[in-house]
Amino acid sequence: MSDMRCDIELTVNGETVMETVEARTTLVDFLRETLALTGSHVGCEHGVCGACTVRVDGAIVRGCLMLAAQCNGAKVETIEGVSDSGQIADLQSAFERRNALQCGFCTPGMLLTAQELLSNGGVPSRETIREHISGNYCRCTGYQAIVDAIEAVAQARAGGRK
Amino acid sequence: MKPAPFAYAKAKSVEHAIELLGQAGGDARPLAGGQSLIATLNMRLSAPKLLVDLNGIGGLSGIAVRNGRVEIGALTRHVDAERSADIGKHAPLIALAMPHIGHAAIRNRGTIGGSIAFADPAAELPACLLALGGEIEIAGANGRRTVKADDFFKGLFETALSPQDVLTAIRVPAVTKDTRVGFAEFARRHGDYAMAGLAASAKANGAGLAGVRLAYFGVGDTPVRAKKAEAALAGGKVDDAIAALAADLNPSGDVQATAATKKHLAGVLLRRVTKQLMEAQP
Ligand SMILES: Cc1cc2nc3c(=O)[nH]c(=O)nc-3n(C[C@H](O)[C@H](O)[C@H](O)COP(=O)(O)OP(=O)(O)OC[C@H]3O[C@@H](n4cnc5c(N)ncnc54)[C@H](O)[C@@H]3O)c2cc1C
Ligand code: FES
Ligand code: FES
Repeated sequence: MSDMRCDIELTVNGETVMETVEARTTLVDFLRETLALTGSHVGCEHGVCGACTVRVDGAIVRGCLMLAAQCNGAKVETIEGVSDSGQIADLQSAFERRNALQCGFCTPGMLLTAQELLSNGGVPSRETIREHISGNYCRCTGYQAIVDAIEAVAQARAGGRK
Repeated sequence: MKPAPFAYAKAKSVEHAIELLGQAGGDARPLAGGQSLIATLNMRLSAPKLLVDLNGIGGLSGIAVRNGRVEIGALTRHVDAERSADIGKHAPLIALAMPHIGHAAIRNRGTIGGSIAFADPAAELPACLLALGGEIEIAGANGRRTVKADDFFKGLFETALSPQDVLTAIRVPAVTKDTRVGFAEFARRHGDYAMAGLAASAKANGAGLAGVRLAYFGVGDTPVRAKKAEAALAGGKVDDAIAALAADLNPSGDVQATAATKKHLAGVLLRRVTKQLMEAQP
């Protein structure tokens, strides 16, 4: 009934994956080490920094606080898939234009977190943006440029829809 | 760090979970949102032999309003409670607290039952449950039982749950016309655990208050009722209530704030929350 190793079948960025994982393997380690999807980063490994952010069944989660074994049957999306899909192309270019990244370590998590907020629609206040990214550490930029980039994209997307 | 090896089992029902928890020589742990449990495993603060995943159990999540009470299933995610119109309308104290719990990605996974079972002394929900005089539904090897919030939080991370128990739901009284609630906390960064916080409920009584329940968090080993301050507040005297906190609370300092700072903040919180309690509410 219980196992040290588990067979899982899930989709990752739209592709079906079947693997056997150790029960203790976290989702982010599985993505990075078994599937070589190294765009999701590993910082603190206890939920504080947000570097490991990925989407599971459409919602952002901490990749370090979910087990790969729990993702049997799930739909997982990483920065690689979301980037390739083009849905955050405007956000990525706004980050680049406004220097919202320097070393880039926090960027994949920051982009996925920002995209979740933006997908609610409307133009969130700067305070709401700061609250929403409060779980994602950036040690380089001082956040101001990140808030600028997210705000600019929210305005552009709202304008574009009119 | 990486967790020590453990086995994983997915429970199909509450009964199945209880049975699985009885295996592994009692060294098994229920896994809900994992937002506290997996963090402590990664840091090797604990190393159980078996995790019993509750996430596949049907019927453990959802919010229902019946018989004047709001019932929240243990597996209800924070994000769903935060967005629930029923909680906003019938349990507004919980609605006020939700946005302060961790960050968006944490609330997408974390569960109401997990927050209560984990019983972090600086957590918002245990204090809300205590302020509302709520109760906790538990299923165990010897059947089901209900425990009042006043009797549930026993000590630091210690509750009335035994290792084979599954918390299945919490219940709080739905608000009535005369219910007043208030909530405030101080945290260094939005979403962090509070340095000190206060959840409160009362009944309007003419121009004053009756049945005041003040539950502090972040100032003790458990959420703490400030009973002398409650009595003073029911007498209409805010300054007396703040003075009474000296006898009600005995915080120790932690990495976030010294004991003196926490005591001071407790008074500031009481003034703010009293103002909320005195305002007419829907
Ligand atoms: C960066 C970060 C910031 C956070 N900030 C806050 C904050 O500000 N305020 C706050 O309140 N919380 C905060 N949390 C914790 C978060 O709210 C957790 O989700 C919550 O405390 C535990 O819920 P869970 O569902 O994730 O439980 P889990 O982590 O799965 O379990 C926690 C404990 O409870 C037990 N348990 C869980 N469910 C049950 C059940 N149904 N029956 C019996 N036992 C059970 C488990 O065995 C385990 O011992 C934070 C977490 C992180 C990572
Ligand atoms: S590595 Fe997961 S939150 Fe830091
Ligand atoms: S760009 Fe370096 S951590 Fe954010």
